[in-house]
Amino acid sequence: MSYEQPDARGHFGPYGGRFVAETLMGPLAELERAYAQARTDPAFQAELAADFRDYVGRPSPLYFAERLTADAGGARIYLKREDLNHTGAHKVNNTIGQALLAKRMGKKRLIAETGAGQHGVATATVAARLGLSCVIYMGAEDIARQAPNVRRMRLLGAEVVSVTLGSRTLKDAMNEAMRDWATTVDETFYVIGTVGGPHPYPVMVRDFQAVIGEEARRQFLEREGRLPQALVACVGGGSNAMGLFYAFLADAEVDLYGVEAAGKGLASGQHAAPLTAATGRGVLHGARSYLMFDEDGQIRDTHSISAGLDYPGVGPEHAWLKDIGRARYVAVGDEMALAAFHRLTRLEGILPALESSHALAYAHELAGRLGHEAAIIVNLSGRGDKDVESVAAYEEAKTCRA
Amino acid sequence: MSRIKGVFAALKGRRAALIPFIAGGDPALSATVPLMHALVRAGADLIEVGMPFSDPMADGPVIQMAHQRALAAGATTRAVIDQVAAFRRDDGRTPVILMGYVNPVETMGYEAFACACRAAGVDGVILVDMPPEEAAEWRACAVREGVDTIFLLSPTTPAERLAVIANASTGFLYYVALKGVTGASHLNVADAAARLAAVRASSALPVGVGFGIRDPGSAAEVGRFADAVIVGSAIVERMAAKDTIDEVLADVEVFVRDLRAALPERASRTSS
Repeated sequence: MSYEQPDARGHFGPYGGRFVAETLMGPLAELERAYAQARTDPAFQAELAADFRDYVGRPSPLYFAERLTADAGGARIYLKREDLNHTGAHKVNNTIGQALLAKRMGKKRLIAETGAGQHGVATATVAARLGLSCVIYMGAEDIARQAPNVRRMRLLGAEVVSVTLGSRTLKDAMNEAMRDWATTVDETFYVIGTVGGPHPYPVMVRDFQAVIGEEARRQFLEREGRLPQALVACVGGGSNAMGLFYAFLADAEVDLYGVEAAGKGLASGQHAAPLTAATGRGVLHGARSYLMFDEDGQIRDTHSISAGLDYPGVGPEHAWLKDIGRARYVAVGDEMALAAFHRLTRLEGILPALESSHALAYAHELAGRLGHEAAIIVNLSGRGDKDVESVAAYEEAKTCRA
Repeated sequence: MSRIKGVFAALKGRRAALIPFIAGGDPALSATVPLMHALVRAGADLIEVGMPFSDPMADGPVIQMAHQRALAAGATTRAVIDQVAAFRRDDGRTPVILMGYVNPVETMGYEAFACACRAAGVDGVILVDMPPEEAAEWRACAVREGVDTIFLLSPTTPAERLAVIANASTGFLYYVALKGVTGASHLNVADAAARLAAVRASSALPVGVGFGIRDPGSAAEVGRFADAVIVGSAIVERMAAKDTIDEVLADVEVFVRDLRAALPERASRTSS
C-alpha cells in the first residue's frame, strides 16, 4: 500500500487544509517554503539528529514491562519511554525541530498553546536554550490543575498567559495563540504542539515526532526479530500517536490503536473523543477534521481528567486513518485511566502522565485479549510528576463525596 | 443590479460608504432588528452583522465577548438570518452582509445556508477563516443563490495572491488594515493607503477597509481613499457599556451619525 498524504495543499483526503484568516495565509506559505527547504537540507537534519541525541537523550528506551504483562495476563507489553526524554515527554522532539526552523527563519520570539503544560515546558525549554523570548498561552482551568508545569515554564523565562475566555482550556489557549500570531507575525514563530492546525503544521509535527516510531520499530525488531501485533497511543490532538504510528503505516499486519479520552463516559457527552464518538466533522483551528460541536456548529465544551487530552478536535491525519480503516480509535474514561496510572506506578515503578495512562488502560485490556505469543508497544508519552497534585485532589474529592 | 453594487455605484466619486458592524443577537436577539434600523437612520450605507461563533479566532476581546453574550442569549446562525428577514420587511434598500466562521455554516450546509441567505435578503457573506483556496463548494452555492462572496485581503497578502482573492470575490473586497485581530489600535493609515493602490491595480471591485478604525477621526482619514469604511469593535464596545437596550440604541445612533458626518465628500476620483 502506498501512502502519499497529505496532498500539496495539506489535505488528508477530505481533512486538513488551511482554514485561517487571510493575515495568516502569507506567513503559512512562508513557513511551508522554509520547512520544505529544511526537510531536505542535510545540515538541518544533522543538527536535529545531534540535538535528539545529546540534548533530548534519544533514542528513548523500549522497555519490556514484565510485571505489567503478568498482571494483564496476555500479550507482552513494551513501553516506548518518551517519558525519559529531557522535559519528560515526547513534546520536545517537535519543539526542537520547530525552534531550529524558527532560528533559520530569523524569528526572535516563540509562542505556543499548552494544555497539560508539557508542550509549554518543551517550548520554553528550547526558547531558553536558543535565547528566544517565549510566551505560552494556557487556559485558566489548566493553569490550576497543572501548577507544577506553570512554575517550570516561568523558571525557564517564559511568560505564561492565563486564558479566561471560553471554556478556559486547550482550545481557548490555541485561539489566543493564533490571535497573538496574527498580530506579531513578522517576528514570531508559532510552535503548534500537535498534529493539528493549518497546513503545514500537521505534516511538520508528524515528521518531527516520527522518530518515535522509527526507533521503536528498529528496537522491537532487534529484540524480537519480528514486528509487534499492535501499537497503542493516547490521542488528544494526536502527536505522540502519529509519531509512533507513522513508521508502521505500511506494515499492514501491525494494528494501530488510538485511545481518546472518554471522560465521564461517551453517553454523558462529557468527553473528548471526537473520533470514537464520531458525532461530526468540521473546521476548527485551521483544519477540517472530526470535531465536537452542537447542532448550530458551536464548539462543545469537553471533559477529561487529563488536560492534554481535553480538546474537541483531533489532527486531520487521524481522521483520515480512521476513515481508511488503517487505525482504530477507542476511548477510555477518567476512572480507568486513573486505575492505569496507579497500576503502572505500583507494578513498574514508573509514574505515567494521565494522558499516557489512557493508552496504558486500553493496552492492559487489549493484552489480556491477545495471546501470550503476541506483543504490543504502548507509547508512554510522558511522565506523571505534573499530575501528582491533581490526582491527589481528585481522589480526595471523591472520598469526600463517598 | 444587486443592492451592494447599487450603493457603491451611487457613492462612487462622492464619498466612502459607511459599514457599521454589530454582532447578531448581542445583547439579545430582540435588539438586532431595532439596532439595524438605528444604524440606517444614523447613515449606514451597508450593514454587517456577525454570526455568533464559540471560537472567533480572528476577533479581539470586544467581539469575542459580543459572541459570547449572543450565544448565551440563544443566538444561532439560523436566528441571525431570521433577524435579517425581519429587518427586510421594513427596509428593502440597505445591503446586509453576514460575517462569521466556517463551522456553523458548514454545519447548516453551504447550500441550505446560501438558500436561507437569499430568502432572507442577505446580500453578501464573509467567512473569516475560509480563504478562496478552500471555498470552491461554498462559492458555487453562493453564486447559484445570488449571494456575494466577500474575501479578505491583509497587509501580509503577497502580490501573487491578490488576483486569486480578487477573482473569488464579488460585491466588494475587504482590506484588513492591520496585522492583528478586530479592535486592535495600531492602524497605520499611510500604509493602508499605499496598499490599497496596489489592490486597485488587480481588481475593479470596490475596496472596503476595516480593523482598527475607532472613531470619527480615523474614519475620516480612511474615508479619504477607501470605497468603504468598516467600523466594528468601537460600536460593540460602546454597546457593552450600556445597561438597557434603549440606551444602546440611542448611543449607537449618535456614534454612527458622527462617523458618517466625518466621512469626507470628495471630488470625483475617476472620470467615470
